[in-house]
Amino acid sequence: MRFLSDDAIAHLREVAELPDAGDRYRVIRELGRGGMGVVYEVHDAELDRSVAMKVIADPHSEARTIARLEHPGIVPVHDAGRLPDGRLFYTMKLVRGTRLDAFARESHPRTELLRIFTRVCDAVAFAHANGVVHRDLKPENVMVGEFGAVLVMDWGTTAIAGTPGYMAPEQQRGSEADARTDVHALGAMLSFLLRGEKDRRLNAIASKATATNPADRYANAQELGADVTRFLDGEPVTAYRENVFEQLGRLAVRYQMLIALIAAYLLMRAIVFFWFRL
Amino acid sequence: MTVAPFPTTRRSVVLALASDDAAARTRAFDTLVALYWKPLYKYARVAWRRTREDAEDLTQSFFVRAFEKESLATYDASKASFRTFLRLLFDRSISNEQKASARIKRGGGEVHLDFDAAEAEIGRDEPRGATPEEYFQAEWVRSVFGVAVDRLRERCDATDFELFEAYDLDDDRTLTYRDLATRFGFAETTVTNHLAATRRRFREIVLDTLREVTATDAEFRAEAKSLLGAKA
Repeated sequence: MRFLSDDAIAHLREVAELPDAGDRYRVIRELGRGGMGVVYEVHDAELDRSVAMKVIADPHSEARTIARLEHPGIVPVHDAGRLPDGRLFYTMKLVRGTRLDAFARESHPRTELLRIFTRVCDAVAFAHANGVVHRDLKPENVMVGEFGAVLVMDWGTTAIAGTPGYMAPEQQRGSEADARTDVHALGAMLSFLLRGEKDRRLNAIASKATATNPADRYANAQELGADVTRFLDGEPVTAYRENVFEQLGRLAVRYQMLIALIAAYLLMRAIVFFWFRL
Repeated sequence: MTVAPFPTTRRSVVLALASDDAAARTRAFDTLVALYWKPLYKYARVAWRRTREDAEDLTQSFFVRAFEKESLATYDASKASFRTFLRLLFDRSISNEQKASARIKRGGGEVHLDFDAAEAEIGRDEPRGATPEEYFQAEWVRSVFGVAVDRLRERCDATDFELFEAYDLDDDRTLTYRDLATRFGFAETTVTNHLAATRRRFREIVLDTLREVTATDAEFRAEAKSLLGAKA
């Protein structure tokens, strides 16, 4: 009998568990799993390309939910059906890149992380406008693509979904989730991206988004994203009332180029003035 | 079409141990020895810290006594899994120091248990903080998968097995389907299809093997879930 190492056994367990995906699809490997199902990389023999296949543990209209969300920040659904063993599946674009939790651990400028965050807010705001609530937003469900794409994944989870640290208090109590539930998770995601951040305005945005009372939060992802964009553009944010010194400091940063030009001009004038006096 | 998740083609050897048919009992016993001798031997060496000579004697005599006294036929599926029952029986046997000069025999001849190979395997994957029970279970899984790989080799096309061996059994995880396609002169799609089919066959064989060494459907489902995460 051939000796099988622990690694070989772990691999065999994984591949033996891969589902029979029918005639059109061949399962290559497992990509990830959660409470709502397992995602595999599969090869689509008909179109000769790799796609992601999600096999859903409980039957519901998840694929239809996502299929109607056509947005650059939301993973498009290609196909849906039943596996030979009766379980439901849908296939979607295979996104290659880095999950936001891993991406944030690399050294990226704060501005880059905030720009990614605003794109996540855009995608979630689009879903909210279409009556879809994500319910399980977290950095692990955001993929930063190889060419700068930002995609929010794992849509269509049920009411019981949610991850500790990101779940809103009302979600933990089992209340119906709405846009403000997602705003709470986005706020927690912003806090994750801002670990160790000292800027009061940014911390105020995250605090407002994660307020215990849903009525104290941003009404939706669009408002939250807009406040972060205001911060990036050097404008006052709605979540924080600045004092005079903070306003001056912000304006100094915002108009630093103009201030530098004026200062250079004044300096030049002064040099010319003193030159001719001498 | 919905297919049954678990094939039921092989009769349980656990039930056959209590059969009136002596030949059926012997065949069942042989299957059990093939699947269990190595996990038990390693368990005696690692968990009980017995010398090699002791562990060899204890393993041999355990099976001889179990067969002669038909103690395996006393298994009650409502109390524990057969795997646990066998381990507890072995524990008791070690506690009582039931060593014997007897050797397992099949069809009049002595069965060769390759203790050298088992000895070489001990330490290749050192158990890290595992309890004796977990260690035994891990070795049992290794044995079930090892037997299933041997059966797969006998039953599937030689090229398909070579593909499976190269990609799924080798510890080198850097190999890609494209590498295999180049090495075997196939299209990448062919590699994907053949590997998928061979893995399905492997899964069926593992489940068949589990069916053999479990007594009830509930026990079988529990073992299948523990081994493959298979949905009952």
